[in-house]
Amino acid sequence: MKKLILFLLAISVIPLSHVHAENRVVQNLFEQYASQGVTQPSAERGEKLWQQRFSATGKFSERSCTSCHTSNINKSGKHIRTNKVIKPMSPTENPKRLTNMKKVNKWFKRNCKWTFGRECSAQEKADILAYLSKSVMKQK
Amino acid sequence: MKSTLAIGSVIFTISILSIPVVWSDSDFDWDKYKRKSSGVAAVSNPVYQEECGSCHMAYPPGLLPSRSWEKIMDHLDKHFDDNAELDPQTHQTISQLLTKNSADKSNYRRSQKFSRSISQNDIPLRITETPYFIREHNEIPKRMVSGNPKVQSFSQCNSCHLKAEKGSFNEHNINIPGYGRWDD
Ligand code: HEC
Ligand code: HEC
Ligand code: HEC
Repeated sequence: MKKLILFLLAISVIPLSHVHAENRVVQNLFEQYASQGVTQPSAERGEKLWQQRFSATGKFSERSCTSCHTSNINKSGKHIRTNKVIKPMSPTENPKRLTNMKKVNKWFKRNCKWTFGRECSAQEKADILAYLSKSVMKQK
Repeated sequence: MKSTLAIGSVIFTISILSIPVVWSDSDFDWDKYKRKSSGVAAVSNPVYQEECGSCHMAYPPGLLPSRSWEKIMDHLDKHFDDNAELDPQTHQTISQLLTKNSADKSNYRRSQKFSRSISQNDIPLRITETPYFIREHNEIPKRMVSGNPKVQSFSQCNSCHLKAEKGSFNEHNINIPGYGRWDD
């Protein structure tokens, strides 16, 4: 009996430690988006948005998040205008990703404006974040 | 006898160890040396590296006069068709750093060349548009730059100048991708 209790205790700790390993910044952002009316983020929608091509005027007439980050988020990308190498976007490949809220907000603002010609909605940001981080929003 | 030997060897060791100290204490003027070299001052401020080195190399401030940096910093929301906006505090930190280390305030000879080549009424927004830059690069054929997919434009100094981010533009550290080392 004692053994069983210990066993149950042990497995109940597993999801907890899993939660702990989750990225706090991503969870905080999900919470912010939720307060702005976002429903469950979808990694699938996020991926679609990431790959989608938008047309613009001028030299870079076709724009997409992949223009600089490549379509494989586990690989390094290259800035389409300056050739500068951009490290992989996936936190699995590059643990520094999505760990600084200010940085994430800053680049969402810049890159949505450049790519889509407008800022992203909270839902779009949540979806992209779910895709990049492969995280799900915690149910309350 | 034994103790004389021990004391002797201690003195010997100390004197050997002190040679480099005495050496570096000589009156060789490193500052003067640097001013004569082909470089500009390196800036390793982490805020500058992070904010102005994410889309392209962080350009050493000694490549443009302060009036140019001021104009660049005043229009970060429309920065060469990109958006490089900063929060007010970071903006101030970087503006101060750029002005303090700008080409017209530097005592590096190379910076002074950039600065002096620009006429008083001009406020260039690009290093690559300064007369000194143009003069130094006019012998390089287009096929090695705009026609070279690994370079594309002169703006990426570090494509060719291997130590550009450290402020060094020495001829011995030039390698044009696909064409190799530059020999005059
Ligand atoms: C014109 C080039 C370019 C495009 C297009 C682009 N990005 Fe970026 N992005 C960058 C650069 C440069 C960085 C910062 C460099 C770095 O962190 O390595 C960055 C960083 C980011 C970050 C910060 C990640 C972190 O925590 O470090 C996010 C999030 C991001 N981009 C999302 C997007 C999304 C979403 C799109 C499409 C709407 C997009 N980007 C399109 C260039 C681009
Ligand atoms: C969001 C991306 C981005 C950020 C952040 C950024 N830049 Fe730029 N910058 C560019 C692009 C794009 C160009 C044009 C490159 C080209 O024409 O090849 C450029 C060009 C420049 C040039 C002209 C280079 C030349 O001589 O041709 C200077 C100087 C410059 N940037 C300074 C800065 C400073 C200072 C900061 C920080 C306050 C900064 N940049 C931050 C994208 C960025
Ligand atoms: C396509 C390759 C390439 C790029 C990009 C490039 N340069 Fe150069 N640069 C050269 C070559 C080659 C020389 C030597 C020219 C000669 O000796 O005729 C040179 C010379 C110079 C010199 C003079 C060095 C000396 O010792 O006399 C300076 C300073 C310099 N470059 C600065 C820059 C800066 C700043 C940038 C970026 C804004 C830049 N260069 C971008 C290839 C390049």
